Amino acid sequence: MNQFIGFFCLLPLLGYLVSLCIPRLKESAIATVVIGTIGIHLSALVSFISYWMIIGRPVLDKKQMVIHSTGNIEIALDFYMDNTTAVFALVGSVLALLVTIFSRYYIHRDGGYKRFFVTIMLFFLGYNLLIFSGNYETLFAGWEILGVCTFLLVSFYRDRYLPVKNSMKVISIYRLGDICLVLAMWMSHHMWHSNIMFHQFSDAALISHHFQEHYGEAMFISFLIFIAAAVKSAQLPFSSWLPRAMEGPTSSSAIFYGSLSVHIGVFLLLRTYPYWEHVAAVKLAIIFTGIITSVISINFAKQQSALKAQIAYSSIAQIGLMFVEVALGFHTLALMHFAGNAFLRTYQLLVSPSVQSYLVHNMVFNFAPKRQSSPGSPWYRWSSSLYMLSLKELNLDNLLKRFLWDPFKWIGKSVGIISHKVMSVSMVVIFIAGLGAFYFIAYVPESVLTVLPEIISLSGMLLILRSFTERESALYAWLHVFAGQVFTTLAIALHNEAYTHTSMSIYLGSTFIAAIPGYLVLRKMRKIDNNIDLDRYHGYAYEQPKLGVIFLLASLGIAGLPITPAFIGIDLLFSHIHKSEEVLILSTSVSIIFIELSVLRIYSRIFMGQHKKPNHAIAYRSS
Amino acid sequence: MIATLVDIKKAAAPKVAHSHFDEKHVLHDLRHYLPTQMPLKDFIHHNSLHAFQHMKFYDGIFKASDAFGYQVTIPLDEYRELYNINRIREDVLEKIIAGRKGAGNVELWKKKVLTEQYDDCTSPRIGRLRSEWKKLYEIDLDGLVHPMLFRILCSYIDQGIATWQFPHGGTGLLSALRELEQSSFTSFFKTKRAKQMLLSGKCNLRDLLKIVVGNEAFFEQYIFDQQFSHRGWSGMVATIEHQPETLYDKRIISLRDLITFELLLEIDALDAAFGTNWLPLANVTNTSPVSLFEDTTSTELREVLMIWQDAFEWSYYDEVFAAIATDKKQTPSGSGKSFQALFCIDERECSLRRYVEQVDAECETFGTPGFFGVEFYYQPENGKFYDKVCPAPVTPEYLIKEFEVKEKREHEAFYTKETNTFFTGTLLSFVFGIWAALRLALNIFRPKMSPAISNAFTHMQKHSKLTIENEGPGHSEHGLQVGFKIEEMAARVEGVLRSIGLIKDFAPIVYAIAHGSSSANNPHHGAHDCGACFGKPGSVNARVFAFMANHPKVRTILRERNIDIPAETLFIGGMHDTAADHIEFYDDEATGVKHADYHKSNRIMFERALDLNAKERSRRFASINTKGSLSQVRKAIKDRSVSFFEPRPELGHGTNSLCIVGRRSLTSGLFLDRRAFLNSYDYRTDPEGTLLAGIMRPLGPVCGGINLEYYFSRVDNVKLGAGTKLPHNVMGLVGVANGCDGDLLPGLPLQMIEVHDPVRLMLIVEQFPDVVLKTIQSDSAMYEWYIKEWVHLSVIHPETHKFHYFKNGEFVEYTPLSKKVGEISDVTAVIESANAMKTNRTADATRENLPVFTLAKNNKN
Repeated sequence: MNQFIGFFCLLPLLGYLVSLCIPRLKESAIATVVIGTIGIHLSALVSFISYWMIIGRPVLDKKQMVIHSTGNIEIALDFYMDNTTAVFALVGSVLALLVTIFSRYYIHRDGGYKRFFVTIMLFFLGYNLLIFSGNYETLFAGWEILGVCTFLLVSFYRDRYLPVKNSMKVISIYRLGDICLVLAMWMSHHMWHSNIMFHQFSDAALISHHFQEHYGEAMFISFLIFIAAAVKSAQLPFSSWLPRAMEGPTSSSAIFYGSLSVHIGVFLLLRTYPYWEHVAAVKLAIIFTGIITSVISINFAKQQSALKAQIAYSSIAQIGLMFVEVALGFHTLALMHFAGNAFLRTYQLLVSPSVQSYLVHNMVFNFAPKRQSSPGSPWYRWSSSLYMLSLKELNLDNLLKRFLWDPFKWIGKSVGIISHKVMSVSMVVIFIAGLGAFYFIAYVPESVLTVLPEIISLSGMLLILRSFTERESALYAWLHVFAGQVFTTLAIALHNEAYTHTSMSIYLGSTFIAAIPGYLVLRKMRKIDNNIDLDRYHGYAYEQPKLGVIFLLASLGIAGLPITPAFIGIDLLFSHIHKSEEVLILSTSVSIIFIELSVLRIYSRIFMGQHKKPNHAIAYRSS
Repeated sequence: MIATLVDIKKAAAPKVAHSHFDEKHVLHDLRHYLPTQMPLKDFIHHNSLHAFQHMKFYDGIFKASDAFGYQVTIPLDEYRELYNINRIREDVLEKIIAGRKGAGNVELWKKKVLTEQYDDCTSPRIGRLRSEWKKLYEIDLDGLVHPMLFRILCSYIDQGIATWQFPHGGTGLLSALRELEQSSFTSFFKTKRAKQMLLSGKCNLRDLLKIVVGNEAFFEQYIFDQQFSHRGWSGMVATIEHQPETLYDKRIISLRDLITFELLLEIDALDAAFGTNWLPLANVTNTSPVSLFEDTTSTELREVLMIWQDAFEWSYYDEVFAAIATDKKQTPSGSGKSFQALFCIDERECSLRRYVEQVDAECETFGTPGFFGVEFYYQPENGKFYDKVCPAPVTPEYLIKEFEVKEKREHEAFYTKETNTFFTGTLLSFVFGIWAALRLALNIFRPKMSPAISNAFTHMQKHSKLTIENEGPGHSEHGLQVGFKIEEMAARVEGVLRSIGLIKDFAPIVYAIAHGSSSANNPHHGAHDCGACFGKPGSVNARVFAFMANHPKVRTILRERNIDIPAETLFIGGMHDTAADHIEFYDDEATGVKHADYHKSNRIMFERALDLNAKERSRRFASINTKGSLSQVRKAIKDRSVSFFEPRPELGHGTNSLCIVGRRSLTSGLFLDRRAFLNSYDYRTDPEGTLLAGIMRPLGPVCGGINLEYYFSRVDNVKLGAGTKLPHNVMGLVGVANGCDGDLLPGLPLQMIEVHDPVRLMLIVEQFPDVVLKTIQSDSAMYEWYIKEWVHLSVIHPETHKFHYFKNGEFVEYTPLSKKVGEISDVTAVIESANAMKTNRTADATRENLPVFTLAKNNKN
């Protein structure tokens, strides 16, 4: 029985690879492969789950493949299945099937037909990987794939300004969730001294034993998981990304932001529940967030006059309640709630354009002018304020930007003041010192050895932040990212002698392999257009689609997409940081967040947005 | 925005626009140039560049391009591709060049046209001034102001998406905002100054502009830049300001309010970024004010594009002329007609009429604008509003009311707003969840009509009754006379019958068939309904017309005026659903035994014609196998109109390019591929051209408007059109935008214009040239369409059968270059073997459009 679970991830992978190979204009073949794959997936799933229910719904776990193993670090592909998985898998498969059939003619003749279906297939792979995952590493792989698909689908209409801008917005909030998970993995590794499997969570004695010993750490992990879930499920204060993600074709918005993607936070909470159920503070925080989100986003929804945004906020409100249900332990209820909400919102989004004629028609027969509350009533002041706050969506979008991202931008810009020359020289000096220390580690005094990794790691972070705020040379930005990676790795290597050459070469090697084609593409672009500064969008996907694809792959490679070795590298990187090393963990986390943001920013500035040569129809900036 | 700094400095000619700022004048001009699309429920086609219509076509479009950066023709390389696939003919191209450049220069210009490389980048004048903010202050003012501005505007105008309405008080946007600011603990502003100005009311435009712009010479340019950075919303505001009745839930709003508030938000954003001591834009910029509409420079590229566009158009027209000139050997049928049918002039009825005539060779069909000459407001039973159902420029004085509706109006549970509330929302997400999945699955696998779908036949219920006859003085509502008086009815029936030349030889049954369109998930459904009925289905008009023509007292009056409708002739109203290919008839149950029999057999005939029509339409739909059986195709067409996943329920007016005013014998033997508006007209009954004036007056705004809206939405789908439908989001029930914080998108979406060849309309009138000249000169608005070349006009001489093309104020004889066009005997075979486009670029998409054919007489059914 166990060995079958992997099939549910393998099949979408297969479908994905096949769909990649079909020529762009063969719409029917593309749709057939994707719908066929999901169809087979669904029927296999139904048979499998039926049988599984007959035999009494046992919890299944299968270690599919060990990818990397050194000492107590073992990174494995592990699959797992229980009630939660079954419900999420079924709902996911049914919705994916319906939405892809819906899209078969809906997307007809769109220039991005193949791009759409291929991305949906990749999303389906990521989703299944995530819900069938048996450990954090596998879960994180699925989680990351979802993030990338989100970026690609929000910016589906990449030749317009707003989709591109909003895709960066969404991915940067997502990134926060990503890093929370990475840190949770890191801490839990140190806590358990091995890589924990989800099936171990069911061992109540084991869990409570650990909790007594490591209460602080457990609390830390629980909170990180909670934040990751809140980000992915658009709970307050992270909710503003959801309405802004509705930029792709309606059917992709429906499956992503109406249903599957946005409920992943609920899944994460359900999956890790046995772990944090004993931490009252976390439970309370979840309940509190859920209720507050529910109450507030209902008001947002009531005020919204843009239909898709209204559906988004209604959905967020229900997800808030699901958070409460999960925290209170009503898991069956939460699962039913999930299924209902997912189906309902998908449907509402898919038929949203028809609301125009329905409501206007309805108005003809049922219109009654609303009574405006009079300024005299005591309630008036409150209701006006509430209305304005809802209209402004509590200013959350701006607040997030100001408090979460602006400080980093400020740091990046401050570093940017230093001239390239000074910067290069000092970085080379630091690097040589680091490298020297690494090779002659025996001769380096202990005191230096504690400070040096921190300096190097911080320098790496600064390089990456600088890259993120670079407004001129794309090549510099790219090189800064790479240099930042090297610094980060070196810092860890210095910090922990167990971080072997193999681990290091996995990470650096794959980064290097990705950095080269990226560099070459940028060089080529600069030959094509002398001015590819990062101050504006250039929209070169219109003219140079192939270079765009190569650069996107290079970007994802350097940022550690789950299919690249760098992904494992990041995992390893973290597991080598001791848990008391605040500076190191902080700077490395910031680096990891901004590596991806920085390279995607370079990609979007050069290849996305309105094409710079106005010799064809170019959409307005406001569309 | 797009041009580099160097370009701007070069291009900024030191021509001072209006150094004196005249607010009223500027706002008036601004409104003139903004899009005038109404809220989507009243979709009226119009020339997207109506503001330039006082100029010659090419001058106007290139001026618009210089000012606003629109693409106004297809790209040069696509013309060349069209030439390579022979869609643009060599002989026509040479003739056009010879006409424009002289016969001696053909070779020289042909070389330029075919091979010369040109720099085809444009740098519009709009936006240059405001782009200085980013350059000089490094501030993205649009990014800071737009999201909040759009949300406030949309919330204010919203017609019913939000459950929580903007507290507006009914006194205008600014005062509503002022009241809101006064009465709440929070603010839309981040800083004090702007808020204070709003609250104190000391915010007239001039003062605000002084703060933001400084130098008065820049004011006009700044306002244009600002408003054209979101032309969708500005256009909507201007439209509502001048036609407040277009909203059911009335709103008072003005462009002035919008600009004032936007300037306040800009001051707020600038104050927040720099404190209060920043300098106005004009004080820091070293550009000079630019007049957006100063003279266009003629470039060689533009000369080349004009030649290409002319050649593209004439390659098609020439073929059409040749086809019309072909002797089609139609035997004139006797006076014993089986039935007569009046259809709308709409080019979508062109193929249906062909099939009706093919299935029943004894019948006779006519084309007339689909409101059938009866103009009124319509109020459905229990309706709270009156809907205008006649051409846009007409303001009716009559009201037709529906009563005794037997059908129950159904509701769609999923559209309840309760899903947005806390408790019921929760409950419903459980209850509706699984149901929603089932509904979705059902619609995908078994699409059928539901209340959620816009159904043309619910405009008026089949079994309802109408108040058509006025009951005497005092029978009126809100200043509108309920129903028509007998004399008024007679005048309208006479008008229609005379204009189409149907004044004798009446068949036993005369059908008046209006049209409407049903579609699912389509905010633009109004664009598919009848343009002559104000973007509504025409069912009521057809029924009212039939009632009038059947009225004995009306017939008595008509008889006195020499239109003798025999007692045994019965008029029946009906409506054709152009998406589902379905016809419904009205008041056809109690028609007497003889008529019932006729009608029954006619209905079978109509069904057959609809089958064939569906088949012809299906060739353009990827989801339908055109080679399938007639019943399969017909069902697929019907399913398509009720499928939520189908963004192309029908293709609307796509490919329209001709308008033929004349007798049916001109076109009856032709395969025109649904590209021609057909207006019946018999020159023999109108020697003075008095009827012709009535016919031609609406053709410019209606057919020309449709054609030009398709043209511009096609050549620049993202600036003048609405872009692809797929990401559209319904905003406040008035328009659509991309995503949640985009600008409103006027114009036609991509899915409607893909098949359209961007060519201007060719109007062909069967009449003597001097009569037509006199007619068009009788009305300057009508004359403008033709003399300024926004619509081509030619005349076919009834006696010599020669074509005369209207150019520079006179008719010049035109001899088609093509001698003969292809003849086909089996339309079905042509349909089944027609090409399908690979991509929707014009040069690819046009391969789908079939040439003109003559039909061999032994045409199979």
